[in-house]
Amino acid sequence: MNAPALPLAFREGAAERPLVTTRLTVPGMKCAGCIGKIERELAKTPGIAAARANLSAKRVAISHDPVMDEGALAAALLALGFESQPVADNPLASDDAERGRLTRALGVAGFGMMNIMLLSVSVWSGAEGATRGLFHWLSAAIALPVVAYSGRPFFASAWMALRHRRTNMDVPISIGVILATVMSLYETVTGGEHAFFDSAVMLLFFLLAGRALDSAMRDRTRAGIGALLGRMGKSASVIALDGTTRRVAAKDLAPGMLVLVAAGEALAADGEVTEGTSALDNAMLTGESAPEPVAPGSVVHAGAINMGAALKVRLTHVAEDTALAEIARAMDEAGQSRSAYVRIADRASRLYAPVVHTLALLAFAGWMIAGAGWHASLTIAIAVLIITCPCAMGLAVPAAQVVASGALMRRGLLVKDGSALERLAECDLAVLDKTGTLTLGTPQADVSKLDAEARAVALGLAQSSRHPLSRGLAAALLREGVPPARVDEISETGGSGLAGRWQGLAVALEKPEGAAEGSLATTLRIGDTRQTILFSDPLRPDAAAALKALAAEGLPARILSGDRAAPVAAIAAALGIPAEAEADPRTKLAALEALKAAGHRPLMVGDGLNDGPALAAAHASIAPGTASDASQQAADAVFIGEALMPVALAVRVARRTMTVVRQNFGFSILYNALAVPLALTGQVTPLVAAIAMSVSSLVVIANSLRLAGAAK
Amino acid sequence: MTGLALLIPIALGMGLLGLCAFLWSMRAGQYDDMEGAAHRILIDEEDAP
Repeated sequence: MNAPALPLAFREGAAERPLVTTRLTVPGMKCAGCIGKIERELAKTPGIAAARANLSAKRVAISHDPVMDEGALAAALLALGFESQPVADNPLASDDAERGRLTRALGVAGFGMMNIMLLSVSVWSGAEGATRGLFHWLSAAIALPVVAYSGRPFFASAWMALRHRRTNMDVPISIGVILATVMSLYETVTGGEHAFFDSAVMLLFFLLAGRALDSAMRDRTRAGIGALLGRMGKSASVIALDGTTRRVAAKDLAPGMLVLVAAGEALAADGEVTEGTSALDNAMLTGESAPEPVAPGSVVHAGAINMGAALKVRLTHVAEDTALAEIARAMDEAGQSRSAYVRIADRASRLYAPVVHTLALLAFAGWMIAGAGWHASLTIAIAVLIITCPCAMGLAVPAAQVVASGALMRRGLLVKDGSALERLAECDLAVLDKTGTLTLGTPQADVSKLDAEARAVALGLAQSSRHPLSRGLAAALLREGVPPARVDEISETGGSGLAGRWQGLAVALEKPEGAAEGSLATTLRIGDTRQTILFSDPLRPDAAAALKALAAEGLPARILSGDRAAPVAAIAAALGIPAEAEADPRTKLAALEALKAAGHRPLMVGDGLNDGPALAAAHASIAPGTASDASQQAADAVFIGEALMPVALAVRVARRTMTVVRQNFGFSILYNALAVPLALTGQVTPLVAAIAMSVSSLVVIANSLRLAGAAK
Repeated sequence: MTGLALLIPIALGMGLLGLCAFLWSMRAGQYDDMEGAAHRILIDEEDAP
C-alpha cells in the first residue's frame, strides 16, 4: 500500500514516536530455523524494532513504528517466505486468562500442600500439647488463604450450578473442602487432636491439576486451529465518489457501497459485479473446486475469493444479511443441541453427589443416635466427605483425555476438547462429504500426453497464475522436474484463461470449447496446435483403507455431497458405499437431523461451508485442515495432511480413551467401596486420608498414561 | 524446641520463595511458548564473521 513511502516517514519521526506491537499468525512457522530467521531478519526491516516468535501459538509479535500497517508487516514477512494473517483482537485472551488463573491457583495449592504436610508429618509422628497446637495454628494460617484463593474456581462453579438449581462435580467438592476447613479450624481453636487442613488443601491440589490439564489441552488445540483460521474477508476497499479507496471493516460496510476486489482477495459482503470480468473461487460456499466465471451483472457472495483480475462490486447484502451469515446462523442453531450434551464427569457426579451427601448425613445421624455426641459424629461425617471426595474422579476424565489428545496430535489430528472425544467415541455412522474430504479438493493435472516442449510452455504460463487449475498444473509439472519455458507478455483474462508469447508464437491456456459444464479441463494452445489437459480431483490416497477401518469400528460410511450426481456416483461406486448428491446446506442438515431422529449418532466429516450446519448438527464432526474457517470452527476436530486415516484413528483412540476413563471410574468406585466403611466406623485419621488420596490419584494417572501409545 | 523457632520460619520462607519464583516466571511469560523454548536452543546466535 504505502510501503514505498515508509522509509522516509520512518526516518523523519523515528525518535519521538512510541512503538506499537502487532500480532500476526504465521502458520508456516515450524522449526528453530524459522524462529531464528523471522526474529533476525524482521528486525533488520526499516520501521520494525523487534520481533518475537511464539512457536506454540504460531504467532509473531512485532514491535514497530506506528506508520507501518498490517499490510506492510505481512509484506515484510512474505519477503522472508512466510504467509501471515493479522490476529483479530486476540479472541483467545479469555482462555489464556483462565489457564493463567488455574495455573496460579495450582501453584499456590502446591505451596500450601507441601508446607502443611511438613507440619502434619510432625503431628502424625507424635507432637503433642503446645507443639501440636502451634503446628495446627500454623497450618490454619497457611490453609485458610490457600483454600480461599485456590478453591475459587470450584466455589464459583458450584455456586453457579446451585443458583440454577443443578448440581455438578464442584458441589460435593466445595462442600467437602469448606466443611473440612471449618471443622479443622474448630479443632484448632479447641486444641483438638485431628485437623484436616492437609486433606483439604491436597484435595484442591489434585483437582486443580485435573482442571489445569483439561484447559491446557483445549488451549493447545485451539492455538493450532486458530493458526489455520483467518482467511475470510474481514475488510474491503471501498471506492469513494472521488475515486479514492479506503479500507472498511466488514461490519461497517453498507448496501450500495462500491468496493474494489483485488486479485486474490476474499469478498467481505454479497453484491453485484459492476465492472470487470474474473473468476471466483466459491469453494467456501459450495464446496465446488471449479472457479465460477463472473462478469458485470453477476451476483457474488461473501467468502468467495477473486482468482482473476480486479472487480468492482456494488454491495447488496452486508454483515448479518449475507448468504454466508445465513449459513452461520443455521450452524448456530444446529449447534444448540450439542451444547446440551452432558459430559461423562457431570453424568457421574449426578449419581455420585447425592450418594455421598446421603452417606455423610447418615453417618452423622447414625453416630448421633448411637450417642457419640455431635462433635464426634460431625468429625466422622466430614471424614466420609473427604475420603469420598472425587479426587481420583476429578482426574479420571481429564488425565485420560489429555494423554489421548496428545497422542492424536502427533498423528495430525487436533481435538478441540474433552467433550469432543467423548462424543466421537459414541458415533455409530459416518457421513462424508466428497470434494475436499474424500478427495483432496485440489485439481491434479494429467500431463502424461504432453511432450517436453508443451510441458515447458504450460509451466511457463501456469506458474504466473493463482487459478486453482493453473496451480494444479504447475504443481504436477514441477513434480516431474520440468524446466519452465520463458513466456513473455502473459495476460490473464478472468473466466477465459491465460495468454502469452513464446519464441514468437502465441501460446495460451484456455477454457476448452464445448466442454461439458463443470468438467475440469484446459486447452493448451501453441501457435495453431491445441491439446487438452484433463484434471481430476483424486481420492485421498488412503480413502478406501480409512473407510474400511471406520467400518471395522462399526461406523458404516455414506457420502452426502453438494456436487453433481455423476462424479459422486463414480466415487461411491469406487468405494462401494451409498451416496446422496446435489444436497444443499439445508438438505444436508435435514439428512443429519433425520439420522439423529432415527436413533443414530452420526459422525460428519466435511470441509465446505455448505457442510457447516451439518457439521454443527452431527453428534461429532471432523474437518480437514484445508476446510473453510467456519467449518473448522463448527467441527470437533481438524485433521491435517493428505491422509484420511486420522478420522478412523480418532474414533479408535476416542473409544480406547473412554475405556480407560471407565476403568478410572471403576477404580475410584472400588477405592470408595473400601474407604467408606473405614470412614463410617471412624477409623480415618488425617494420615489415612492423605495416603488414600495420593495413592488413588497416582493410580488413575498411571492408568491414563497407557494411552500415550494409543494412536500408533 | 528453640530450634523450631528458627527452622519453621526458614522452611516456610523457602517455600514462599519458591512460590514467588513460580508466580514471577509465569507473569514473565516463561510458560507461554514451551514448544518454541525447546527449539530455540538450536538457533545459532553467532552471525558468521
